[in-house]
Amino acid sequence: MPIRVTIKDYLFESHLFMQRSVQALIFAAVLVAVLIGRLVHLQVLAHEHYITLSDDNRIKILPQPPNRGLIFDRNGLILADNLPSYRLELTLEQIRDIDATLDALSKLVNIRDVDRKRFEKLRQRTPVFKPVALRFHLSDDEVARFAINRHRFPGVDIVAGLSRHYPHGPLAVHALGYVGRIDERDLQRIDASDYSGTTHIGKVGIERTYEDVLHGTVGYRQVETNAEGRILRTLVRTPPVPGENLYLTVDAELQSVAEQAFEGKAGAAIAIDPNNGDILAFVSQPTYDPNLFVNGIDTETYQALRDDDKQPLFNRALRGQYPPGSTLKPFVALGGLEQGITSEHADTYCPGFYRLPGKARKYRDWKRGGHGTVDLTIAIAQSCDVYFYDLALSMGIDRLHGFLSLFGFGERTGIDIIGELPGLLPSRQWKRAARNLPWFPGETLIAGIGQGFMLTTPIQLASATATLSKFGRHLKPHIVASTQQYDDIELTPVPVEPLADTPVEDLHHWTIVINAMREVVHGKRGTARKIGEDSKFEFAGKTGTAQVFGLKQEEKYEADKLAEELHDHSLFIAFAPVDNPRIAVAVVIEHGGSGSAVAAPIARIILDQYLVEKPS
Amino acid sequence: MSTLLDTSREDASKRDWQHILHFDAALLFGLLAISALGLFVLYSSAGGDQQLVTRQIVRLGIAFGGMVVVAQLRPQWLQRWTPWLYGLGLTLLIAVLVVGDVGKGAQRWLDLGFVRFQPSEMMKLAVPMMVAWYLSDKRLPPTYMRLLIAGTLIVTPVLLIAVQPDLGTSLLIASAGFFALFLAGLSWKLLGGLGLLATAGAPVLWHFMHDYQRQRVITFLDPEQDPLGTGYHIIQSKIAIGSGGLFGKGWLNGTQAHLEFLPERSTDFIFAVLGEEFGLFGIGVIVVIYSFIIVRSLYIAAQAQDTYGRLLGGSLAMTFFIYFIVNTGMVTGLLPVVGLPLPLVSYGGTSMVTLMAGFGILMSIHTHRKLLAT
Repeated sequence: MPIRVTIKDYLFESHLFMQRSVQALIFAAVLVAVLIGRLVHLQVLAHEHYITLSDDNRIKILPQPPNRGLIFDRNGLILADNLPSYRLELTLEQIRDIDATLDALSKLVNIRDVDRKRFEKLRQRTPVFKPVALRFHLSDDEVARFAINRHRFPGVDIVAGLSRHYPHGPLAVHALGYVGRIDERDLQRIDASDYSGTTHIGKVGIERTYEDVLHGTVGYRQVETNAEGRILRTLVRTPPVPGENLYLTVDAELQSVAEQAFEGKAGAAIAIDPNNGDILAFVSQPTYDPNLFVNGIDTETYQALRDDDKQPLFNRALRGQYPPGSTLKPFVALGGLEQGITSEHADTYCPGFYRLPGKARKYRDWKRGGHGTVDLTIAIAQSCDVYFYDLALSMGIDRLHGFLSLFGFGERTGIDIIGELPGLLPSRQWKRAARNLPWFPGETLIAGIGQGFMLTTPIQLASATATLSKFGRHLKPHIVASTQQYDDIELTPVPVEPLADTPVEDLHHWTIVINAMREVVHGKRGTARKIGEDSKFEFAGKTGTAQVFGLKQEEKYEADKLAEELHDHSLFIAFAPVDNPRIAVAVVIEHGGSGSAVAAPIARIILDQYLVEKPS
Repeated sequence: MSTLLDTSREDASKRDWQHILHFDAALLFGLLAISALGLFVLYSSAGGDQQLVTRQIVRLGIAFGGMVVVAQLRPQWLQRWTPWLYGLGLTLLIAVLVVGDVGKGAQRWLDLGFVRFQPSEMMKLAVPMMVAWYLSDKRLPPTYMRLLIAGTLIVTPVLLIAVQPDLGTSLLIASAGFFALFLAGLSWKLLGGLGLLATAGAPVLWHFMHDYQRQRVITFLDPEQDPLGTGYHIIQSKIAIGSGGLFGKGWLNGTQAHLEFLPERSTDFIFAVLGEEFGLFGIGVIVVIYSFIIVRSLYIAAQAQDTYGRLLGGSLAMTFFIYFIVNTGMVTGLLPVVGLPLPLVSYGGTSMVTLMAGFGILMSIHTHRKLLAT
């Protein structure tokens, strides 16, 4: 009986087990099918996605910053170059005792608290096998001291990089500008990927204007890294393309002589070659050392520069807006001739003052007793105000404005340095819009002698003088002559945009005015006759004394009694030689007094340097 | 596969070397094939570390040796000693909680002076043996009362291991016990009821989980939330497998593995190396061999002549499957990360010896059958 039961159970249980085994197999098969489905999804359907992720894991792109282009003057003298600069780096995994190493290092190189703090911060986010910078810009002494003791510091290295350097310091700084570390504002105007690995960018001046040319093209190194970020090998290398070199139109020697001629006075001087618009000298005084800004200027030095009364950071040549004073007279006279309002020998009597018809108010001449009877040539040579009051009134503000605008007054010259200001050439429309007032006839009078609302920049004055000297040939002033590929000796000239020439009615009119300007320097009673006395060549000029301070009707200008910041600006424009001009200059000395005494001698020094030292 | 299709009854004349040595040639072939392929993958994942591969070969040798020894033991003898083995295992599990060593933040090891070992490994075999032993003389399907007793025999060691904590092993032992019960005829109704109970009990389980275990579940549900932390394993593993494509990047050319992006690449995540270097094709080959071993093992269990052999053999076969599916499911991101190796391929010792001892039992069951009269 028990045997029978066992056999029966055996068959049933065997069947049950077979059934359950099959069910278990089905269960397993379903799960394996799910697994296969998952694998097909990962390896076939989403394969591309995971290949990308896998490559992203292992392939890193390392930027290779390009070397910045160099800047030369017109004769190939270097004005901005890149110098090796040394920094001290520590690779932590190779250093056993960091604190002891830092202490020992501080006996060799100067390690300030800020250096240590920055080092500690950098250290936190750098993998142990990557170097961390401790000091930048080691001095030669520090480099030498460390080099001797190198064996004592495993894991500590001196690494060379390039840093912008201006070998002549402040020379032409307002034209050159400088580079500085890239900041938030810079990031908004650049494509950050172009600047991967680059630390510096042009901040002002040519460095800023020609940033795209100087910067170059960033290169890349595609490397394979492991999970820790350690570089295993380089896959692809795209070398950086260094920036292009710039050759300026500026003559560094002339620039240097011109800057020295200022003898510390605040002001500006621009010298232009009227034949092509080349800026020969670009002076704004006082200056500062651009090298201070390259690696971050310290707060005290910066505040000292910023708060200096003479404002060395202010670019007067480009942004200084001054009343042109009497330097405007040749242009007004030319307008009178060209528009047929006056003629060469039309006389005007100068009693020392001028009255509008039917008005009591006196508009004074700078010469108390007056110049007597003057024609155009005498009026320019002796700078007679009354003649120009009369002429301006005859022309009216509309024609005056129209003619002067032909010389570029009141608008930017378009020189290739960022930041130029437009000056101001007043008109009825301008006054209505800016002041909501009508134009008064008295304002026309003082506009005729370059006073009142009118403002010009030194660059504008120089450009207008150049145009006048070449009988209306109007060229856009420019300061970068040519560019040069880093691996080339050929220079590529920067194209100069032609401007519409100033229209000429009668060439004789121009000759009359230019001759009058010659009289200013070489005439017996010319206002600048002192500088023409021993001149080796003929030149044409015009003095100007721009009022900063309005005098009351019967008051006399006495420099001694006025604070310096109320002294008149001293101006002078000139070009030479008269018959074939090769250089035109405009000089403005802030609060310098009379144009003939202060500005004219500086102009003479510039002209001498250019024409005597370097005869064509 | 003529061996697979063997008739259940063999006469004396068909007794060959397999029976004399107590081998099952088909199973042995499958196991050797997996081990050999595994060594290739391991050589690659170890970055050409020959010492590591040598150590793995030695372990495989020991494990196969253990299998041969166990295969010589008669099932009846195993059955007789089952309660003692189980009792010893339970005692050691309690001992490990009291005096055990802490390794990797969990109490698993017992230092016997001359050797350190994990009693939980022993329970991987002892638990299915005990369930089979308990049910071997009972009518099947078992009554509820007997199921309750068998359930207690399973749950007690599972809980003791879970608190060590060793989630992977306790899961494996639970499934070994469960499959023994399932093959014994556990009713589907009860199974459904247990399923519901488990769903309801999940929050309670959550409450008792360790932080790192909870983190694993959270990571499983959303690995991207912490890509550099706990989600890193799964993300990198999926990248490795996915970037392998159909035919893989080639042996020794897996960038995920060789550039060290893939963590645990020689141990728990070695399947990802296989997927990266040999692609879907290579995985297919491995899956076919694993499936062959599982089917062959279940066939052997079905051929067993008594309840003890059937339940134990079937349970061991399904445990092997669980090993495989949990590891591959984890590596492909289908399951949460539980620390289970890929059997016979992952680098590591103890679990391999236990696993191969299980196959020794299967071979013993298959080659110690009595001839039955028709």
